[in-house]
Amino acid sequence: MTNGLTAITMPQWGLTMTEGKVVGWLKKSEQPLAAGEELLEIETTKITNVMEAPVGGTLKRIVAEAGATLPVGALLAVIGPAEVSQADVESFVRDYRVVEPQNEVGSTQTEAATRDVEADGRRLRVLEAGEGGIPVVLVHGFGADLGSWMFIQPHLARGRRTVALDLPGHGGSTKEVGSGNRAAMTAALAGALEALGIDRAHLVGHSLGGAIAASLAIERPASVATLTLIASAGLGPDINRSFIEGFVRAERRKDVADLLGLLIHDPGSVSRRMVEDVLRYKRLDGVPEALAAIAESWFSNGKQSVDLGAAIVDLEIPIQVIWGEHDRIIPSDHAKSLRSASVRILAEAGHMPHMERANEVSQLIEQAISRA
Amino acid sequence: MPLKSTRQAINEALAQEMRRDPRVIVIGEDVSGGAGTDGQRDAYGGVLGVTKGLIGEFGDRRIIDTPITESAIIGAAAGAAVTGLRPVAELMFCDFLGVCFDQLLNQVAKFRYMFGGKVKTPLVVRTMIGAGRGAAAQHSQSLYQLFTAVPGLKVVVPSNAYDAKGLLIQAIRDDDPVIFCEHKLIYDLKSEVPDEAYRIAFGEANIVRDGDDVTVIALARMVQFAEAAATTLASEGIECEIIDPRTTSPLDVDTIIESVERTGRLVIVDESTPRCGVAADISAIVVEQAFGALKAPIRRVTAPHTPVPFSPNLEKLYIPDAGRIADAVRQTHVFRR
Repeated sequence: MTNGLTAITMPQWGLTMTEGKVVGWLKKSEQPLAAGEELLEIETTKITNVMEAPVGGTLKRIVAEAGATLPVGALLAVIGPAEVSQADVESFVRDYRVVEPQNEVGSTQTEAATRDVEADGRRLRVLEAGEGGIPVVLVHGFGADLGSWMFIQPHLARGRRTVALDLPGHGGSTKEVGSGNRAAMTAALAGALEALGIDRAHLVGHSLGGAIAASLAIERPASVATLTLIASAGLGPDINRSFIEGFVRAERRKDVADLLGLLIHDPGSVSRRMVEDVLRYKRLDGVPEALAAIAESWFSNGKQSVDLGAAIVDLEIPIQVIWGEHDRIIPSDHAKSLRSASVRILAEAGHMPHMERANEVSQLIEQAISRA
Repeated sequence: MPLKSTRQAINEALAQEMRRDPRVIVIGEDVSGGAGTDGQRDAYGGVLGVTKGLIGEFGDRRIIDTPITESAIIGAAAGAAVTGLRPVAELMFCDFLGVCFDQLLNQVAKFRYMFGGKVKTPLVVRTMIGAGRGAAAQHSQSLYQLFTAVPGLKVVVPSNAYDAKGLLIQAIRDDDPVIFCEHKLIYDLKSEVPDEAYRIAFGEANIVRDGDDVTVIALARMVQFAEAAATTLASEGIECEIIDPRTTSPLDVDTIIESVERTGRLVIVDESTPRCGVAADISAIVVEQAFGALKAPIRRVTAPHTPVPFSPNLEKLYIPDAGRIADAVRQTHVFRR
């Protein structure tokens, strides 16, 4: 930092991001802004996301124009006090040297940061970032993996321990899931917390992961500080049968692309890489069987068979429910079953608000944690 | 994810399938030797070391060295396949197919059809293709077009380590005969390959790169040259969509047609000779199915219609390279009716 100038650099979101494309700037040069305000849109190989200003000040210089594709760590812009001269900004830009990603905030999201833990007899992959406080534990949904928290985890990891895990049958974890039912999956999550030495956590779960997190909160309320349920399963009977059955079956690129389109409000933003990653996961031995077993236990015949609504209402844990208005997998109406919870329905989002509206979801989780 | 060479990926696929299924055997010339053996068995593990170490784990009842007689290798493997084993036979160089072609053309490829579907022939023939090693006219050809022409054979032509492992596992589990063509000069090419076993479905092309200006179809070693050409062309403002069919039979026609309907311009890169080849075949299919979408003549970048030269300078000229691919794309791109 020179003269109070701060370099805004290409962030690393997720395990595999090496470069990003500047879609467009949401602020103009010389415009004043506050920390946390939306600064620019960046397209990754997965999805487009908004980057917020890490500090307040004046946007002194936009270095990377819209359309530019740049490596992680590349200088995008400079923010600083209004009074700093253009000459000083110029020399700051000239002297700027790319910082290797692993030295940056939130940069623990590299391949090396994942490790395996033994949980309830199964090997689970976890990704940890940040230190301190009551940890936040992130539980992904059906067919996803810990990468689905790529936008959220770096945000939450500022000053706090966070753990994202791959459920059994998913990501880099053991593909053998047994029956894959509520008891088995809840035991796996409990086992992971135990292996990680976490006796109390803020649990955040998406979809199937929401139901598993809620199930753990019901069984061991003392181990859960707050519960955030995003487009969660387990709160009502409905689920998109053709999505679940199609996802279990799909082997071809086109089928997977169509299914992923159902997950998000703007199907056009499904990238080839996103489809390829799902295909690579689905090709692994044991995955189709694991997904079929889980689908059979939780979502057979197009209905959810696990209903936790009544049991959750009785919990004395602060509960927040977040849903996308245009969810085509589990209807946002299911949020209504939780009268005691604070409910936020996000506009222009589908079943993946934590990817589609990552900044808002991060803030909502932050708020829920700080209130507790 | 670990980086592995194509050689490692193929070796790992063989070892994992042999552990999983006791019916899988390997049979061929010099396939046994290498790590884990001693004395006279200490051969290479295949001429380029791909089966190295397998005999140490699986023994000589499952890793079978044969005399130099391709008709016996393929004949024995065909018999083993129809009587319940799942053999992976090695035809060292595809150039040797002439010695055993009856076994493939008239026996293996016809069993299922002639026995009314009552017989399965789960046979894999691994074979090396490709020029570039100075191995001369009888050890350098890319003859997958001859296998592709035979109904009843499935033909796989991988371009990288990830695909090679997933396609070979699919080939071994497939109930039909599969000819698995390994380009000698991709053995050392590395990519991210999961430790776990996985299958890649046949007839599903890989879209290697997205682009809207020109469709480039490339096979085997030609994929990396097409990628190099596309990088150069992108700096000139020409965006190539690169499609790697991965299998020539079955062929993923849908992906090719969808792409050509969008770009209207097609270049096909094929290391084999031009007459009656895979490039000619794809060209004919596109003209039949997407004629209205074409904005320029289809261009083929292939070897010339000659034997592979032994002279290193001539061999270099013989093999399509990134420069020739880029030139063909430029010509296609500027063409106006």
